Amino acid sequence: MNFELTEEQEMIRDAARDFAQRELLPGVIERDDNATYPKEQVKRLGELGFLGMLVGVEYDGGGMDTVSYVLAMEEISKVDASVSVIMSVNNSLVCWGVQKYGNEAQKEEFLKPMARGDKIGAFLLSEPEAGSDATSQRTTAVDMGDHYLVNGIKNWITSGGTASTYLLIAHTHPEKKHHGINAFLIDSKLEGITIGPHENKMGMRASDTHSVMFNNVKVPKENRLGEDGQGFKIAMKSLEGGRIGIASQALGLASGAYELALQYAQERKTFGKEIIKHQAIAFKLADMAVEIEAARYFCLKAAWLKDQGKPYGQASAMAKLYAAETAMKVTTEAVQIHGGNGYVKEYHVERLMREAKLTQIYEGTSEIQKIVISRGLLA
Amino acid sequence: MSVIAFAKNWEGKFKKSTYELVSYAKDLASRFNTQTLVVSIGEVAESELEKLAQYGADKIISVDDSRLNILSSRIYAEVISQVVNKEDASFVILSDNNSGKAISPRLSVKLKAGLAAAVLDVPKSLDPFVIKKQVFSGKAFAYVQIDSEKKILTLSKNSFGLVENPMSLNIEKFTPELGDDLFKITVKSVETAENKVILSDADIVVSAGRGMKDASNWQPVEDLASVLGAATACSRPVSDDGWRGHEEHVGQTGKVIAPNLYFAVGISGAIQHVAGVNRSKCIVAINTDPEAPIFSVADYGIVGDAMTVLPKLTEIIRSGE
Amino acid sequence: MKILVCISNVPDTTTKVKFTDNNKQVDDSGVQWIINPWDELALTRAIELKEDSNNTIDEVCVINVGLPKCDATLRKALAIGADKAIRVDADPLDAYFVAGQIALYLKSNPFDIVLSGIESSDYNGSSVGGMLSEFIDCPAISSMTKLEVENGNVIIHRAIPGGKQILELTPPFVGIVQKGITNEPRIPAMRGIMMARKKPLEVIPAVELQALSHIVEFELPQAKSSCKMIDSEQLEELVDLLKSEAKVL
Repeated sequence: MNFELTEEQEMIRDAARDFAQRELLPGVIERDDNATYPKEQVKRLGELGFLGMLVGVEYDGGGMDTVSYVLAMEEISKVDASVSVIMSVNNSLVCWGVQKYGNEAQKEEFLKPMARGDKIGAFLLSEPEAGSDATSQRTTAVDMGDHYLVNGIKNWITSGGTASTYLLIAHTHPEKKHHGINAFLIDSKLEGITIGPHENKMGMRASDTHSVMFNNVKVPKENRLGEDGQGFKIAMKSLEGGRIGIASQALGLASGAYELALQYAQERKTFGKEIIKHQAIAFKLADMAVEIEAARYFCLKAAWLKDQGKPYGQASAMAKLYAAETAMKVTTEAVQIHGGNGYVKEYHVERLMREAKLTQIYEGTSEIQKIVISRGLLA
Repeated sequence: MSVIAFAKNWEGKFKKSTYELVSYAKDLASRFNTQTLVVSIGEVAESELEKLAQYGADKIISVDDSRLNILSSRIYAEVISQVVNKEDASFVILSDNNSGKAISPRLSVKLKAGLAAAVLDVPKSLDPFVIKKQVFSGKAFAYVQIDSEKKILTLSKNSFGLVENPMSLNIEKFTPELGDDLFKITVKSVETAENKVILSDADIVVSAGRGMKDASNWQPVEDLASVLGAATACSRPVSDDGWRGHEEHVGQTGKVIAPNLYFAVGISGAIQHVAGVNRSKCIVAINTDPEAPIFSVADYGIVGDAMTVLPKLTEIIRSGE
Repeated sequence: MKILVCISNVPDTTTKVKFTDNNKQVDDSGVQWIINPWDELALTRAIELKEDSNNTIDEVCVINVGLPKCDATLRKALAIGADKAIRVDADPLDAYFVAGQIALYLKSNPFDIVLSGIESSDYNGSSVGGMLSEFIDCPAISSMTKLEVENGNVIIHRAIPGGKQILELTPPFVGIVQKGITNEPRIPAMRGIMMARKKPLEVIPAVELQALSHIVEFELPQAKSSCKMIDSEQLEELVDLLKSEAKVL
């Protein structure tokens, strides 16, 4: 079994790390504090090719493997989780679906600009009454013959205000239950679309989260993604890959917090010695290191399975569950190790802890992951 | 067999580093029981050349040609190699500054002479010739053995000190053979910064970092520098953010300096910064954070707010004069 | 015009320095290798010039004198944007040896501009660029802080104590680069990384050349005596110590 990274994978990881340290770190605390959209940073993300890493080269993407994606997501999340969630959604939840289920015209119009980073994609599934229970879609996309008429509200939309392309999930035939759900590629500037106010979140505050309202929005027929009634499947399959992205994000939050805590523990002195020399702290760091290592292997294994063309739903659910729980634990401990300093923004760890909480909730709560995993055990 | 030191002049004047170089050359020559020769290139007054004799020059070879007043490493290397061959010298010593760094490698190839750059001390052994230099940006030392017959050294600043050794003045004029094709570079223009103390020459440097919180807080730094006759410097984030100019950035990728006294104010002491200043003779750190890494490399430390400490310090020094 | 950038393979600057074999060899187990930071700046500037359509730079190549472990670093240079990499297969014995090998390559493969960083972060030699210029008998510009190419004319800024010179010269020349030549070393784009393996990496044998020096031994610095802390209310004490004890005032 070869646990080594290829030269390209190492270069990708190093490029992500350099980018995060040089271009994301300056100002990250202020951006989070003020919930300022990281416009320049997202532009650079696009220029360097991070927004279309998994898209094929023939569609202006990087043509990279999922392992590379995990490495890049981890490095970027160590520093700026708002930017990494924008990256994850664009790559895993929007680009992936269009590349897999779209026709050539759709790929030309929507996929290529998103892969280049010229346009940002948003994924519209969640609704006020349909979070974990995604089948309870209330947003409708009625087949009017020459177009679909969309009505409804979507919430918790990352890049909701800045995205040019929406991948919308809506009900066309409610009587068919989730077999009547479709996926649509929508220009965010269409008439009838209103963006709700910016959500004032606990963490990842710069990721531009909004609710989006559709009032008699006319969507061209040719913008339906995939077959009629395939929408729910597209959404669920996209989320399977999205889980790997978010698991990597959680991994980055954990490893970023751990690195800061490790450094701090070697500098901070109490009772005459560096706190890392006190066993209580040393043991905390050991536990953190073990959990992060395990989370990393979950992420890489799920990525590897996906790259090999093997089923990865179970692996990605385990990765997301474990990494998110680890992120919450490790970031909390990192704050603890920093003592009073961990409670102030200047030391970064409090931000990472606030951000870690969301990884347990979005793109499938930890409880949903357990449903997926337990069902998988019986399969 | 003699030792030749190249005494660079700046607009006809020598600096402290020049006298340190001559002192070192004298010491080296005495170990080999041979003569100390000093080469000066460009128009330099006799009263200035006299100072070289003060530090031990047995003979001063003056290449008094106005065409050579401005440094051209190619030409200077050619001139010095002609002197080396004429005097059958074994050693050429230069200061490890911009001109030394530019001339010494060319000289090395011209004379097929091994080069040990930025040496820190007198030789560890004479035969074989082994000498100490800094490596890994100050994290370690290496002992280099030069195997060639002729040897070139560049001397790190503040590694030997000035030693007076008055000799009688003996100036010899030398006219090198220089082809016109050597004069290839045109200087379009020269821009000088305002009359500040030059960082690379300064004995005392007051340097400040992000701990100053804002670009507008630099007055106390400049006041302290002013009362000490010191140069100002800064850490990388400060120059990156544009609070101070690039020319003030000291550190691994900025300037590497070795002043007698270095004040690190509001600088945490990251490895990359320390690499640029750890050869300073004495480091004083001022920081609000008692855990800042800078304190582990400083000789003296003060835990306090720069905005109150610096003005007080400036006042004490000013009133002591 | 063609630009050649000389690249040194060095340990990552945050690596702890260790020696083995009785302090005679560098312990490179676990070392992360990178492009020497100043060479990386030089390479970035060369690529920026090539990308600027006003310029006539059509090729940027990199050369290294080193053993096979340097190939990964050379591919990073290709990922950043160099068109071709050349490695002279030899242990870089000393600066003279390295410069000599590159000079011999240049004899049959001339370039208009050769760039090198002012020093390498491992041996702090600051010699290869100057030696190279002497080997190939052309001018060298040291302390180069700015390099522009406009319509085939080369404009250079060189740092001098207290200011700068603005120079004009015609290639070929060797430019020895220091900070200021560009803002940040370039981060390779994803596309560049994936293309790196498709670009040529030529390995050529070394020529017989005697090195003029070698390292006999290494030494780690003595642990510094701990910092003397002075009360911020007793600054007179500091001034006294600086005068009488440290003798720097």
